[in-house]
Amino acid sequence: MEPVAQIETLPEPPQESPVIAPGQTFASVTAKISNAVLVDPTPLSWFAAFAVAALLLAMFMGAVTYLLLRGVGIWGINVPVAWGFAIINFVWWIGIGHAGTLISAILHLFHQSWRNAINRFAEAMTLFAVACAGMFPLLHMGRPWLFYWMFPYPSTMQVWPQFRSPLVWDVFAVSTYATVSLLFWFVGLIPDLATYRDRAQRTWVKRLYGVLAMGWRGSARHWKRYESAYLLLAGLATPLVLSVHTVVSFDFAVANMPGWHTTIFPPYFVAGAIYSGFAMVLVLAIPIRAMYNMHALITPRHLENCAKVMLATGLVVAYGYLFEGFAGWYGGNQYEIYMIHNRLVGSYAPFYWSLLTCNLLIPQLLWLRKIRKNVLALFLISIVVLVGMWLERFVIIVTSLHRDFLPSSWGHYTATRWDWAVFIGTLGLFFTLMLLFLRALPMISIAEVKMLLPAAKVEAE
Amino acid sequence: MSHGDTPTGLYGLMAEFTGPQSLVHAAEHAYQAGYRKLDAYSPFPIEEAMEAIGAHHTRMPLIVLLGAITGGLSGYLLQYWINVIDYPLNIGGRPLLSWPAFIIVTFELTILGGAIAAVVGMLLANGLPLPYHPVFNVPRFSQVTQDGFFLCIEAADPNFDRKATEAFLHSLHPTAVSEVPN
Repeated sequence: MEPVAQIETLPEPPQESPVIAPGQTFASVTAKISNAVLVDPTPLSWFAAFAVAALLLAMFMGAVTYLLLRGVGIWGINVPVAWGFAIINFVWWIGIGHAGTLISAILHLFHQSWRNAINRFAEAMTLFAVACAGMFPLLHMGRPWLFYWMFPYPSTMQVWPQFRSPLVWDVFAVSTYATVSLLFWFVGLIPDLATYRDRAQRTWVKRLYGVLAMGWRGSARHWKRYESAYLLLAGLATPLVLSVHTVVSFDFAVANMPGWHTTIFPPYFVAGAIYSGFAMVLVLAIPIRAMYNMHALITPRHLENCAKVMLATGLVVAYGYLFEGFAGWYGGNQYEIYMIHNRLVGSYAPFYWSLLTCNLLIPQLLWLRKIRKNVLALFLISIVVLVGMWLERFVIIVTSLHRDFLPSSWGHYTATRWDWAVFIGTLGLFFTLMLLFLRALPMISIAEVKMLLPAAKVEAE
Repeated sequence: MSHGDTPTGLYGLMAEFTGPQSLVHAAEHAYQAGYRKLDAYSPFPIEEAMEAIGAHHTRMPLIVLLGAITGGLSGYLLQYWINVIDYPLNIGGRPLLSWPAFIIVTFELTILGGAIAAVVGMLLANGLPLPYHPVFNVPRFSQVTQDGFFLCIEAADPNFDRKATEAFLHSLHPTAVSEVPN
């Protein structure tokens, strides 16, 4: 094919909506983002959302209290399905977190400046999703107060962790991920905390933000080191985020369980993580821009770009499903073939078919520009993808475990109401933290959005 | 700091500008006029302003590299010491030093070491946290985190002269020039 001819036949690129609405100034951006916390009355919708989230959080507390009193027997887990909801939810939540790091680090390295308006709350989403994810392995241990046994420390028992186990890798990967995400988020916040310090009305509020801003004064020498440190953090966070879900997938792929033991798992898990993460970004961004009237800063362009990333990662996930089936069939191993058969027609087949509907079929609507421009449709498709990705983890964990090599050890798994209470409870934890973040901190990066304004450009003389 | 250098206890002279363009212009002229102890203040990073005041290089990459190497080495040596020397475990007959299995924790701690070095290094090199700094004595300076652009020539600069420097700053068309008391 002639490359030149191809370029000539390309249609005119359609007019893209701007990253930031026209007419904004340094002062208007500052006022818009900081007044939401410091001046304007908190929107009624915030209180309504907080009431629901806090109720769910209370349910979480109650369910965890009962769990600690009675033990993990109140859950549906048992041999052979000993992982159940706890690990499903762990993988689901940690995957959701990945989009935040992708937006803040990878898109920063690629100079995707549209990310500047959504990276702050996406990073907050990462932190809170990792916090929710962390709950499950902790509670699944049965005696969460002994979690520190996972770390290498000189104990009187004179034993050490077994570093050849993916479960120990997971401890390091997830705790590093949580720490680095927190550091990255905090570094990004410093200049904005200084803005809040300088704009706060009440003395104690001024002091609080002042202490957190640590005396930031916007010096060019400071900005130089700051920009360098931020870029390096982005460079470090990029391989980190890819490694985290890779290590999570090793929890499965290193085992020889049918349906888990494949090389496609790391890329397929990472793509699935970003897929669900962008769905959560949209589920958060759409109500936030309405709640705080941020339409000038979170524009249709942001929503459309998120939808495009979802579409692309969704196709990688689709390839993963295809390859899983192919590997099972082509490998010729009777256990693998049975696992594929069991997925398609076994007792959990409805879960598999709903997962294909949610993750493969419905998101194809995103090919249509009209759908990508329709805020309500995007919101609903994102929820469908989140449900689909949860089902994916359910299918991977439950269908493989309940029918392993020996028919004598086959079993069945049903979640109890306590499983559901803890799972839905973490949604309460997540949204409570998210709403408190919106109430107390700049939800959009003030300094970075200013860099997008035409007035920020300096012409060479 | 310039305690005692100037009889008035002056930290420097601060000029305010309307935008990044005029700030960079002023900073370039001040640097050309021989001022070296000067700083530009802005609500967001301006690459040209950093260049104009002579902040060309930063040691951040080196600090992060050292942090990452320290993290990675300690991660690997930790596993080596535990799994080979202090608590050897025979797992499926694999060698005690099964290094490919140690790569992941080594990698994670490399990233952790680099990230902590980046944040702590940046803050320490910038002299933060800092509870007090003279520039905040200028009332308008609270605009620096909003829409204010400032250039401060410090009294510690050998070329600093209370009258001549003020006249020089006025020649750069600022919106205001004010003293920064120590």
